[in-house]
Amino acid sequence: MLKLNPKFIPLAVTCCLFFLLFGIGAIQFEGFGTPRVFFNLLSDNAFLIIAAVGMTFVILSGGIDLSVGAVIALTGVVCSVLISKYQWHPLVVFPIVLIGGTAFGAIMGAIIHYYKMQPFIVTLAGMFFARGLASVISEESIPIEHEFYNQVSAFGFEVFGDAWIGSSTIICLLVLVAAIIIAHYTRFGGRVYAIGGDANSSALMGIPLAHTTIRIYAISAFLATLAGIVYSFYTFSGYSLAAVGVELDAIAAVVIGGTLLTGGYGYMFGTLMGVLIMGVVQTYISFDGTLSSWWTKIVIGGLLFCFIALQQVLVRTKPR
Amino acid sequence: MNLTQNQNLRRYLWPCAGLLVLLIINAIIAPEFFNIEFKDGRFYGSLIDVLNRAAPVALLAIGMALVIATGGVDLSVGSIMAIAGAASAYYITKGVDNLAIIIGAGLVAGLVAGAINGLLVGYMSIQPIVATLILMVAGRGIAQLMNEGQIVTFDHAGFSFLGTGDFLGLPFPVVLVIITFIVVQLLTRRTALGLYIEAVGANPSASHYMGLNAKAIKMSVYCVAGLCAALAGMIAAADIKGSDANNAGLWLELDAILAVVIGGASLMGGRFSIFLAVIGALIIQTLTVTIILSGIPPKFNLLIKASAIIIVLLMQSPLFQKQLGQLNFWKKKEANRA
Repeated sequence: MLKLNPKFIPLAVTCCLFFLLFGIGAIQFEGFGTPRVFFNLLSDNAFLIIAAVGMTFVILSGGIDLSVGAVIALTGVVCSVLISKYQWHPLVVFPIVLIGGTAFGAIMGAIIHYYKMQPFIVTLAGMFFARGLASVISEESIPIEHEFYNQVSAFGFEVFGDAWIGSSTIICLLVLVAAIIIAHYTRFGGRVYAIGGDANSSALMGIPLAHTTIRIYAISAFLATLAGIVYSFYTFSGYSLAAVGVELDAIAAVVIGGTLLTGGYGYMFGTLMGVLIMGVVQTYISFDGTLSSWWTKIVIGGLLFCFIALQQVLVRTKPR
Repeated sequence: MNLTQNQNLRRYLWPCAGLLVLLIINAIIAPEFFNIEFKDGRFYGSLIDVLNRAAPVALLAIGMALVIATGGVDLSVGSIMAIAGAASAYYITKGVDNLAIIIGAGLVAGLVAGAINGLLVGYMSIQPIVATLILMVAGRGIAQLMNEGQIVTFDHAGFSFLGTGDFLGLPFPVVLVIITFIVVQLLTRRTALGLYIEAVGANPSASHYMGLNAKAIKMSVYCVAGLCAALAGMIAAADIKGSDANNAGLWLELDAILAVVIGGASLMGGRFSIFLAVIGALIIQTLTVTIILSGIPPKFNLLIKASAIIIVLLMQSPLFQKQLGQLNFWKKKEANRA
């Protein structure tokens, strides 16, 4: 199927690994290799897929965004306060939150570009800021009670017998398709790759660095906010300490998906596979029952190492 | 010559002035802040408390300062703390009474973890953020594995001394920080090692052509960071008389990075000062106390910390300095707000 162009090797490895892991699970456990389990992977990890897609844009450009998890938590808190306390309709709240989140990302992007600061430290400050703001708004978990939420979470349809496609799965697949189009088929996407490849050369080529950088971080924050909204569909609440460490999961997913951390190389589809691999590991451990949950962290750490080592080998074999 | 001296002085001036301002604000809000009592062979008081609580972050910051000087960053120190604490707890719960073995286990765990980081960054030339991310993610899992996912508690007088004992009237963690500081300072300033570290951070290719073994130097700084983190982890474990793999040292890596940045170090590498990193750690802890003393609800803690980082970073940016010729005006406003 895949014509093995060298540039597809990491992606192919990721896909093979996913099917291998899924296959092992399917052989070992009854009921593992069903469409239902597969689609549950999507719906359980929908928010992570959305956040990781945003992270992919940032990492492709050679940056990093550590504020993702905090933005998810802040989104949940703001939504729950506006909906539960002020009785606003969710459809009014969502656009406001999304605009606010996007502006937050744009500000971080502007600071990174204009003040020539490392993305790592700026988004770290952004992470503190978003979590801080969330805990100032409310330290307690606020439940969201609204008819609309019930409808959204009940919405969906069955495929392949008993597999369920819910609203969060639909949102995450739409985001993924849009991201693939933007990253691989638009001028903006080309610029992202160019900046990740070599920021100086792309500036000399006339690529508007300021615009592109700000937009990249705005997109990442927009998607993190959207992930926060999707996350609130599962939890029906907003909590300032929710989604701790999601930024690391997202980065791990992007790396496992075969995107080069130095930027300039990678595919959106790989990120989806990266999240799914992490999901399969988790599902495997819960099916097994005897393995404890901390094995998830160790396995993901091991996978991260393998993929980074693989990247290193591939980069080195290329002529410099 | 005169100019370089001035610059050097200015580098020390800012963080020290910042700490002084915070201390003065504390003294104004709560006059009892500077009271120090001597009771049962030990000093007591808010100032000592600040020193004691800042100790783990100060230890991490000493290691982090070296890592950042080489142009790297170590995100795994929080996890290494958890691993070291778990390793020591493992031997205590196994009934080992020999303090050397217990502390040795923690230190070896930290050294191994640091060596892994060093191997990835130095010899495999993986980006530091990513290389240390691996251990940050997997480390807590490993720490949990050691004690089978349990929060182990123990009672070992000798080990608890690390966290709660006192020596010459000072809490023992503070003494440990002072010892570590002196050792690292001597190693880096009385030998050429410090110069090598700065050279690797300032210009990797130039230092390579000079014949410096950048790989070994990077390896050694990550090992030192691992050892410092192990010490901090054992202090944290001894303090609560238990090892909690999920929460030990959680987010402290960020505090440590923040401490180094507040100390004026550039994340791009180059010149470093361990003294300023420790001052940075003290500023963070004093700021926390200031927030508590001033009656602002603790939930504002993170928000104020975030604003502090952004302001410090902006102050370091040449463009920002140029943009704000009226910097003095801003500083006044800043002091008022704090």
